Amino acid sequence: MEIVQVLKKRKQNVLKLWLDKQAHDAALNGNPFDEGEINDYVEKLVDTFVDSIENSNIDDIKSADFDAVIELLREVSFKRARQGFSPRETGLFIFSLKESILEVLSDDLKKSKEAIPFIITLSRLMDSLATVTFETFIEGREDVINRQTDEISEISTPVIKVWDGILALPIIGTLDSSRTQTVLENLLQEIVETGSSVAILDISGVPTVDSLVAQHLLKAVSATRLMGAECIISGIRPEIAQTIVYLGIDLSQIVTKSTLASALQHAFRILNLAVRNNDTTKTIKK
Amino acid sequence: MTTLQKSGTMIPITITKETVLVVKEQDVVPLRNTVKQCAVKIKMGLVNQTKLITAASELVRNMLRYAKGGAVLVETVSVGRNQGVKLTFQDDGPGIADINQAMQDGFSTGNSLGLGLPGTKRLVNEFDIKSTVGSGTTVTIIKWVNG
Repeated sequence: MEIVQVLKKRKQNVLKLWLDKQAHDAALNGNPFDEGEINDYVEKLVDTFVDSIENSNIDDIKSADFDAVIELLREVSFKRARQGFSPRETGLFIFSLKESILEVLSDDLKKSKEAIPFIITLSRLMDSLATVTFETFIEGREDVINRQTDEISEISTPVIKVWDGILALPIIGTLDSSRTQTVLENLLQEIVETGSSVAILDISGVPTVDSLVAQHLLKAVSATRLMGAECIISGIRPEIAQTIVYLGIDLSQIVTKSTLASALQHAFRILNLAVRNNDTTKTIKK
Repeated sequence: MTTLQKSGTMIPITITKETVLVVKEQDVVPLRNTVKQCAVKIKMGLVNQTKLITAASELVRNMLRYAKGGAVLVETVSVGRNQGVKLTFQDDGPGIADINQAMQDGFSTGNSLGLGLPGTKRLVNEFDIKSTVGSGTTVTIIKWVNG
């Protein structure tokens, strides 16, 4: 098609028009991409796109000639996802390139007999490119979500050494199978590393204790015992206590306490420790 | 089809209703929150709220585990001056072959504690289970504000 050759000649016009459109869009949306950066990308994209488009490959997005374009697009989309742009904005970015090309070529297209097939194939090509931006955009978002998930599971299971030989593990949030696994791994590892003999699992932050959560807790306790440590469960609220009784869960084999403080007292007793009040010289029996 | 327990003779009037779809483990927490909102709206006490939410949690876990998900209808209902939350758990899973056996403490086909169904029945005021092998299970529970 001759039109492809015309397009190559009009590269600068396309670039100028697209830049205008971007500036206009940015003003509309009120959150401009770093202008220098976007202009860089726009120039590079137009350059590589117009250079790689040929009569032979215009209907084949999978052609290796477009690899450089796709690579660039992925880079832009990924950056935009990170910066919190909506997929619509990122999609419009590439769609406006199609508009720019068609507008620049409109006079030539009017004269040409190949106009309609050219518009169809070009649209198909540009749409595929836009799809690439969506895919990358979603990948970018998923990347963010995965990082957050990792972070959440890391911050939510700290093992605290409260005394020599006493570990505390406050559990916050819902205790599902994967959480239990992380909690248990951290706890057992820490028991080995610190040589602790008492572990306190505090469930004040667990909203619901159903039979599955109870089963997970029972497993955690037996695993701790196998490691030679005693396990105390604390933070059982009154309403949770009633619910556990109605559900028929048997926790009688486990030492349970209502607060972390009373669990700590119990742990001191196990380790034969006492806390003394220096003011009154009276020993508070623990 | 086997029915274990008929609900009371008074037919409750539905005040609000909402359907929650549950297909993955992450859907359990939103369902619990929906149930909690309903319970708070009709001024249910903290203990009854906890019992209801725990019951919902048990049933929804059963649904996920054995039927790979289903739908939960969350309703606030009233009979006379008494208000309550009614939950209907519907799935099209494998069904329960022997409901009487499933309602016994400690019976489980899935290596769990076996307290889900019998425990739930003890936590709520009205409990009804219908199941057909091969076509699914429907569990309906009601927890009254004063009950």
